[in-house]
Amino acid sequence: MVGTYSPSLITDWLVPGRNLFLTIHVLGVACFAYIVAKRLVPLVRAQRDFRFDQPLTRMGRVLKFWLGQWKHPRYKFAGTIHILIFAGFILLALRAFSVLTIGTEHFALPGLSGRAGHIYDIVTDYAATVVFLCMVVAVIRRLVFKPARYAVPARYGKAHTADAVFLLALIAILMVADSLFAASKAAGHALQGQPVEALAVLSLPWMLQILVGSSSLATLWVVNVSAYLVHELAFYFLLCYRPFGIQFHVETSLFSIYFAKLDRGTLKPVRWGIPDDHLDQVKSFGVKTFEDFTWKHMLDFYSCADCGRCADNCPANAAGRPLAPRFLTIKARDYAFQHYPVIGKANNSKPLIGSIYSDDEIWSCTTCGACEEECPLLIEYIDKIVDLRRGMIDDGNVPQSLQKPLKALESRGNPYGKMEKKKADWTKAPGFQKTCRVKILDGKNGAETLYFVDSITSYDDRMQSIGRATARILADMGEDFGILGAAEKDSGHEVRRFGEEMLFMALRDHNTDAIKTAGVERIVTADPHAYNALKHDYKDVPPVEHISQVIAREVKAGNIQFNRVEDQDKVYAYHDPCYLGRHNQVYDDPRSVLDAIPGLKRVEMQRSRDRSFCCGGGGLMLFYEPKEEQRMGVLRVRMAAEAGANVIVTACPFCMVNIEDAIKVAGMEGKMTSVDLTELVDQNIVRESHAQACETANCGG
Amino acid sequence: MEILVCVRRVPDTSENEIGLNAAGNDIERDELVYSVNEPDNYAVEEALQIRDRIGGNVTVVTIGSEDDEEILRRELAMGANTAVLLWDEAFRGSDGRGVATILKDFVKKGHYDLILTGVQADDGAAQVGGMLAAMLDYPFASLVNSITVEDGKLKVSREIEGGNREMNEIDLPCVLSIQTGINEPRYVGMRGIRQVASVPIPTLGIAELGVDKTAVGKAAAKVQRVDYFVPALSKGAEMLHGSREENASKVLELVAAKGGLK
Repeated sequence: MVGTYSPSLITDWLVPGRNLFLTIHVLGVACFAYIVAKRLVPLVRAQRDFRFDQPLTRMGRVLKFWLGQWKHPRYKFAGTIHILIFAGFILLALRAFSVLTIGTEHFALPGLSGRAGHIYDIVTDYAATVVFLCMVVAVIRRLVFKPARYAVPARYGKAHTADAVFLLALIAILMVADSLFAASKAAGHALQGQPVEALAVLSLPWMLQILVGSSSLATLWVVNVSAYLVHELAFYFLLCYRPFGIQFHVETSLFSIYFAKLDRGTLKPVRWGIPDDHLDQVKSFGVKTFEDFTWKHMLDFYSCADCGRCADNCPANAAGRPLAPRFLTIKARDYAFQHYPVIGKANNSKPLIGSIYSDDEIWSCTTCGACEEECPLLIEYIDKIVDLRRGMIDDGNVPQSLQKPLKALESRGNPYGKMEKKKADWTKAPGFQKTCRVKILDGKNGAETLYFVDSITSYDDRMQSIGRATARILADMGEDFGILGAAEKDSGHEVRRFGEEMLFMALRDHNTDAIKTAGVERIVTADPHAYNALKHDYKDVPPVEHISQVIAREVKAGNIQFNRVEDQDKVYAYHDPCYLGRHNQVYDDPRSVLDAIPGLKRVEMQRSRDRSFCCGGGGLMLFYEPKEEQRMGVLRVRMAAEAGANVIVTACPFCMVNIEDAIKVAGMEGKMTSVDLTELVDQNIVRESHAQACETANCGG
Repeated sequence: MEILVCVRRVPDTSENEIGLNAAGNDIERDELVYSVNEPDNYAVEEALQIRDRIGGNVTVVTIGSEDDEEILRRELAMGANTAVLLWDEAFRGSDGRGVATILKDFVKKGHYDLILTGVQADDGAAQVGGMLAAMLDYPFASLVNSITVEDGKLKVSREIEGGNREMNEIDLPCVLSIQTGINEPRYVGMRGIRQVASVPIPTLGIAELGVDKTAVGKAAAKVQRVDYFVPALSKGAEMLHGSREENASKVLELVAAKGGLK
């Protein structure tokens, strides 16, 4: 028996070891290459997607979200486990490569010989141990603790537990085999009196060395070669098996994150590379068959690790609507695997709606963005949902409840079918008109600032109060402002997000012209949906701000003072509107305004800021009749109650609609109220006339 | 199957505030927006679904001026094969019988197995379908809320008291007036309309149709609209001012007293 321990030197096997291991290498790599090539077939047939810009930014995001595992700690326990496994894998990558090569060649990786190599061995001994332990914990979690977010509701098929446990077990086997290989090698060297590099104390190889240390050289030889063979087989089996399930992300996540969407609040164009005025030549809009997805969106399907965080945060899923982002992806992946099989030809694609997706599933999304915020792999959902809706709109497959408002938007420019000439009627309310005159900017009247009101605030009796509060605040701040009046059509924010791109473009073009005619320098709105549309969906319009940003700036500059909140029983909770918070990162301004009001008691809901829970959706979502077990708003109102609040402060008229309704539905009238930030500011702002009156009355203000 | 659907453009009641004009002889038509009469749209959808199941063509027709072409485009965008506009100054002021006469002459120029109308126009009197059938000597079924095509005939149903359905067999060719709710009409977006923007829509006049001049127009109308009026507000409403529970039991009591509960 030879002194140098290397599996390639096996001679008493049927085939020389070198040839056996070389065959395994070649077969394993070829098999993996073939499977990956097959997996790339649909990506080649997919729609275009421009993701090759800004390489430095993209690399930065790879460092943050891939290497840095940025999103993982949002779930502390699972996140920590994942970070440990990921770090272990990264550390073990070189070792795996060098172990694989031992089978065929004597080869030390450059830089990993001598002392550095020994340190690396020590580190990887521990890494393998940590990964092994993580596998044990993960399996126990899956089998014993069964976190709710891993459950698969019956309508989405069978549980994924077996597959998950199988994959975890394979990794555990890989770690044990790797450690046993090192342990038996070290034990063999020791037995032969050769110099031995000490194994890391208390590591898996170290423990295994104690276990096998008393064996004969012959046994060690068998153990060593067997461990190597098991390691080889497990490694290549895992490599080739991963592209069939949730662990494909090990290979694809790097690319998914590199090519991830860079901006927020935006939507992908109907077709990348086709300008708006050429859209008429596009034969079909949106996603109807699988091949209508872009290659990046298909890559997303492959990359999903089935962690369930998206669905866990999805308000539609929580309300019992037939939508869970997780299964949107899983179903598409299953479809891809089935229709683009590894063995055999790709089959013809059928329409996705009616086969893997239902109409209600796709209309159920409020585009709140909670799923995207949560996904550790930066998988996109809103663009896919909107693309699927574009396809449904193109096929005329639209619920009757949405057809009327869409038709009204086309003929009247608002979803309610109200007359254009009544758009500014909210300014004519008795009492208001006398104290605050709102200019109509029709080209004759000019102003510095445009207050973009949008449909709901203009026409809805309750929301008009937000309009008047906003106008009064702007007047108090001495803004030279006005509104477009009858010339203002709906911003089209939800029109676009419901997939009606052409109607959106008509609304956008009309409003853009009206805004240009008004000749303003900036735009202010109190509606986060209009804010997002003007900021991201419109081009060539002046800069836009949400009213909370304007108020916060004035508060900071000391230009606004507030009266003390007298009612000390009131506890306020701020509800982040999705299109102000998550999509535009305005979290602190509204809070700083609230905190500037003396005596105001404010609490945070558990789900706040980027984990805010959608109230039920805005715009056209108010017309849609979802199939749901309960209202999102009701869930939200209960969250506020749990936080100990009795006043919910919103900064969006749609939130106000949903939350006011939800308070009634939840039977919490009298216990919970809601108020818009502008209304609260309007009520508490110190006005000069009032201040003077206070001064003369010496009431202290 | 060759299917003809008669459609009409009406002021959209959900997007207008309908009021009388100063003279009180018509509704105020300034700033009105129009759309396809709703039951007519269901009729077109039903025709398209029949065509898609068994083959054939769907033609949509309306009597009206250039302005009315927009609804024909909308129906073409929905999927109708052809659209025809019937217009002549001589048609102006026709009553229901005059309209049915014009349609009758148009039907006679083609070969239609099935003719559909909406059950009634938002501003109409639900008379054209029946009169058209009588003039053509075709069988007629009204208020149809389901159609099954069988060999040479149709099985149609209409809703009767208490949500029950009455099933009828009717020979082809025939005229049916279609009730809303028979299907879920597909959506037509701006893109669909733009795609059919250049499809030609022929206009046929009195000469092309061979309509008897004395049977149409204002002079021939035997039903003349003489007035519109807004009914005076009556004092029938009773407001309940109690707690939710009190109001609920009061409502129950009132409904029972009027014989609404058995």
